[in-house]
Amino acid sequence: MSDPTHEGADFAKARRGRNIAIALGLVVFVILVFVVTIVRLGASVVDRF
Amino acid sequence: MTMATVDTPARLPARWQDYVLLMKPRVMSLVVFTALTGLVCAKTPLHPVLAGVAILCIAVGAGASGALNMWYDADIDGQMRRTRGRPVPSGRVQGADALTLGVVLSLFSVMLMGMALNWLAAGLLAFTIVFYAVVYTMWLKRWTAQNIVIGGLAGALPPVIGWAAATGTAPANAWLLCAMIFMWTPPHFWALSLYTSEDYAKAGVPMMPVVKGAASTRTQILVYSLLLIPVCLAPAATGLGGAIYLGVAGLGGLVFLLLAWRLYRSKSGEAPDLSNPDPRPDPRNDDGLYDVRAGARDARNLFAFSILYLSLLFATLLGEHVAGLAPLELFR
Repeated sequence: MSDPTHEGADFAKARRGRNIAIALGLVVFVILVFVVTIVRLGASVVDRF
Repeated sequence: MTMATVDTPARLPARWQDYVLLMKPRVMSLVVFTALTGLVCAKTPLHPVLAGVAILCIAVGAGASGALNMWYDADIDGQMRRTRGRPVPSGRVQGADALTLGVVLSLFSVMLMGMALNWLAAGLLAFTIVFYAVVYTMWLKRWTAQNIVIGGLAGALPPVIGWAAATGTAPANAWLLCAMIFMWTPPHFWALSLYTSEDYAKAGVPMMPVVKGAASTRTQILVYSLLLIPVCLAPAATGLGGAIYLGVAGLGGLVFLLLAWRLYRSKSGEAPDLSNPDPRPDPRNDDGLYDVRAGARDARNLFAFSILYLSLLFATLLGEHVAGLAPLELFR
């Protein structure tokens, strides 16, 4: 029989790792959108001059 | 008490690596490679950041397709030796989590592709994901022996998406790259299914050897191989490939045909050779793709060489374009 306390700790650890991964993914997405905006906007601004 | 401890108490906790496995990283790497080739062959200057974002979107879109496939196919994956260790059938990841991951990544990748590059590339990416997850996985795979022939379109589109990301167009040469992968898919997958057909039969998947038998499959592999070689030589005539490409496609094509002929003449896929039991598992390879019974070696050899052949063709095209080597342009 497995130890429920230990099993709960394993699941909590796994869930924490998953939450950190999701948070990092969202941060990367936001940074990517920002960088893409700057790159595309930069080209348009350069074209104006 | 949380739902996680109630619904399946025996399951293992999911690690972040399991979510990476859901996205089929090996398939993803081939998709990235072919998409990059399409993007580079387009010969259109593209900001490095935008080029990187385009490749990332295609990789994530491919990963999303893989997650959706693993969510839907968990029942049959659990019955096959090659796939029963996947995160969903093994219980490490819940099906609902795989579905959520697939849908969210699909939306993010298509949206970002549209905003960063153009909506033709985003539309092609969305079409590819839907075609693989819905048309192939949910319909063709369980319905017809032509499943991987038609469904192969999903795997063949990444170079067109890469080309469209760079130019906003999808000209004939982009579709030629697509045709190469499309024609390569049947001999590649049928060679594999010749020595995994017992698994497919057990899971009720109508792969060609299960439905039409091994002899018919070997004949069709040979026919598709004969059609594949001229398609792979065509880039040398349309200004896409150069002299090196012509040599690689020609020599590689001859080897491909030789292996397809040997497979055609063999008994691969027939009743298992009981005098030579299952091989010992190779610790470097846990899915049994390359370790086969003696009677199936011809199928294994073609399967392995098909991967090398396609990789070499795209690597040569990529190398020629990066190095600026002039294409042959025989018909110009």
